[in-house]
Amino acid sequence: MSLLSVHDLFVNYRTQGGPVPAVRGVDIEIGTGEVLGLAGESGCGKSTIAGALLRLLPTGTEVTGSILLNGEDVLGMRPGRLRAVRWTETSIVFQGAMHALNPVQRVGEQIEEAILIHHQAGEREAHVRVGGLLEQVGLPPRRIKDYPHELSGGQKQRVMIAMALACNPSLIIADEPTTALDVMVQAQVLKLLKELQRDLGLAMLFITHDLSVLIEVCDRLAIMYAGRIVEEGPAQSVFYESAHPYTRALADAFPAIGEGRFRKAPSGLPGDPPYPQDLPGGCTFHPRCPLAFEACPHIDPRLFDVGPGWRAACLLVDSAKPVLEAARTPGSGP
Amino acid sequence: MPPTEQAPDREVAPPLLEVRDLKVTFAGRIGLGAGLLGRKATQSRAVDGVSLQLRRGEVLALAGESGCGKTTTARAIMGLEPPKEGQILFEGRKISKGLRAYRRKVQMVFQDPTGALNPRQTIYESVAEGLRIHRIHHGPNGETEQQLVARALSRAGMRPPERFFLNYPHELSGGQRQRVVIAGALVLDPVMLVADEPVSNLDASVRGEILRLLLQIRDDLGLAILVVTHDLGLAWTIADRVAVMYLGRIVEIGPAEDVLTRPLHPYTKALLNVVPEAGGLDRPILTGEPPDPTRIPPGCRFHPRCPEVATGAARAAGVEDRCRGEDLGLMELRPGHFAACHLAAVTVGEGQAMSTSQPKR
Repeated sequence: MSLLSVHDLFVNYRTQGGPVPAVRGVDIEIGTGEVLGLAGESGCGKSTIAGALLRLLPTGTEVTGSILLNGEDVLGMRPGRLRAVRWTETSIVFQGAMHALNPVQRVGEQIEEAILIHHQAGEREAHVRVGGLLEQVGLPPRRIKDYPHELSGGQKQRVMIAMALACNPSLIIADEPTTALDVMVQAQVLKLLKELQRDLGLAMLFITHDLSVLIEVCDRLAIMYAGRIVEEGPAQSVFYESAHPYTRALADAFPAIGEGRFRKAPSGLPGDPPYPQDLPGGCTFHPRCPLAFEACPHIDPRLFDVGPGWRAACLLVDSAKPVLEAARTPGSGP
Repeated sequence: MPPTEQAPDREVAPPLLEVRDLKVTFAGRIGLGAGLLGRKATQSRAVDGVSLQLRRGEVLALAGESGCGKTTTARAIMGLEPPKEGQILFEGRKISKGLRAYRRKVQMVFQDPTGALNPRQTIYESVAEGLRIHRIHHGPNGETEQQLVARALSRAGMRPPERFFLNYPHELSGGQRQRVVIAGALVLDPVMLVADEPVSNLDASVRGEILRLLLQIRDDLGLAILVVTHDLGLAWTIADRVAVMYLGRIVEIGPAEDVLTRPLHPYTKALLNVVPEAGGLDRPILTGEPPDPTRIPPGCRFHPRCPEVATGAARAAGVEDRCRGEDLGLMELRPGHFAACHLAAVTVGEGQAMSTSQPKR
């Protein structure tokens, strides 16, 4: 059984201009100890998924489908149970560590608070545990008495990671955990996350716009566009042999230094990601797709098999042929 | 080694921009008590001796971590930060004289297009603002303001330009806004652009198009472009030359191919090591954060973090004492490729000697 199993997830934000479909039918499976990378551009719905998993979205947001965590339905949980699950079964590391910490409380106390609230240990034991956690994330235990402003950006993110580990969760959701950090510090934090994940056998949902970061830490990759997953599969296959033209373009946006085809040749896509309120018909990617053909504006492709455990929502995938044929035959002729 | 074809060329054409030993300092804040006791605020040496040249039609990437002084260098070049020492020469003249005319020829493109555009101004007004500030009513060939604005928008890829005249920034996407910012720079017919992280606020799939636009502008109009970036991959896709900064100094500069595929300075190597790619996490990563520009270490400023010093490679080559005690400038270790590293100075020389002696064996 999967640790996390999301099926047919839809999320509509309620706005003055009517409902905005941010997530439009997403399936996600994460097994114990597995790392899934979720990539996409701003507005594609990736952070909305992170929020939906722990029910952190604004009240009034419409969430349908099913989210099973260890077989338990998250969407149907009573508030008390939900509070217990947060942090102990699934924790989350946010992008802006600088804003997620309380500026007037010592960082050690903030981590301790999480442990005490969840009755994971008594006060003395919790204190010892915090020291251990800081050491685990590569901070000297004396930092326990520091306030957030005394720490650098990378150190604050390490505190956030320690906090996420505090109640021994089996799944960590990392939403752009390194985006605000400098390149060198980003590499340090990524390495730490990967090592912790390996050592503790954690499952992770790693969300970022930076596909090149995911390839370093993930077993599997899912690429989102306009509220849907458009390609999903083993990380290496998806990145290096992308079946979906959008994945290809996204991967090329992070050029390999030294590779001739990128030299003096920045590659990108024309146009911009669509607004969720105003999605193009057929395949939502077709207006920007370099390979679009006559069927693309008319057929909304589901995920077709590309290889073992690898699927892409593109009509150019071989296994999409029957769908194309079927679309051509019945209404052939004007 | 035969002289490269570039060498004589460089001597003939004077550089468009020349920065000589530029220094910019910021005064640190100081508490009242310490002030009364007569203590002086510590000086933060943000830019601590930068020299570089930029030729017409050239794209130079200025790379480094945050706090290395790359943005301050760019701002000083724009005349936005007074230099404490050093000179900035544009077309052979000091920029401090005739700053207004200089600013017409050199335009800046900022990181955040949303912040750079006035939300209450139409696109037309935003682009025309530069013309109005410089009191330009007609183009050199008698073009009207409207024609100049339309041409700038169209060069920036906003076509047909008239369609966007009356739009407001919030009606455009991030990529389009950055194109408007670029149009605002182009409308004054500059000869040089300074672009500070021009795409880091844009979506990944949109970045390529903006970078392609910058290259296009360079090719069509022969502009020189100084791109400030933390992203070496970006440098690979657009720059002719790359300069890597560390703690207020350029530590390596040269042709992009050389610097990015055959780096000489250990810091450049470390930066390249952390460019994400599959399996990259197993490579060594520098520990610690960039040091404080108020306390620049003696000797080579990189030595406290330098892996070559830590692993003993510098000692083995007999340069460790100099790494710790002898400050150094850039040395031309390969044609057109400069680095400030005691170890590289020794090993690159040896490498050449070895390669010539090998055939004899």
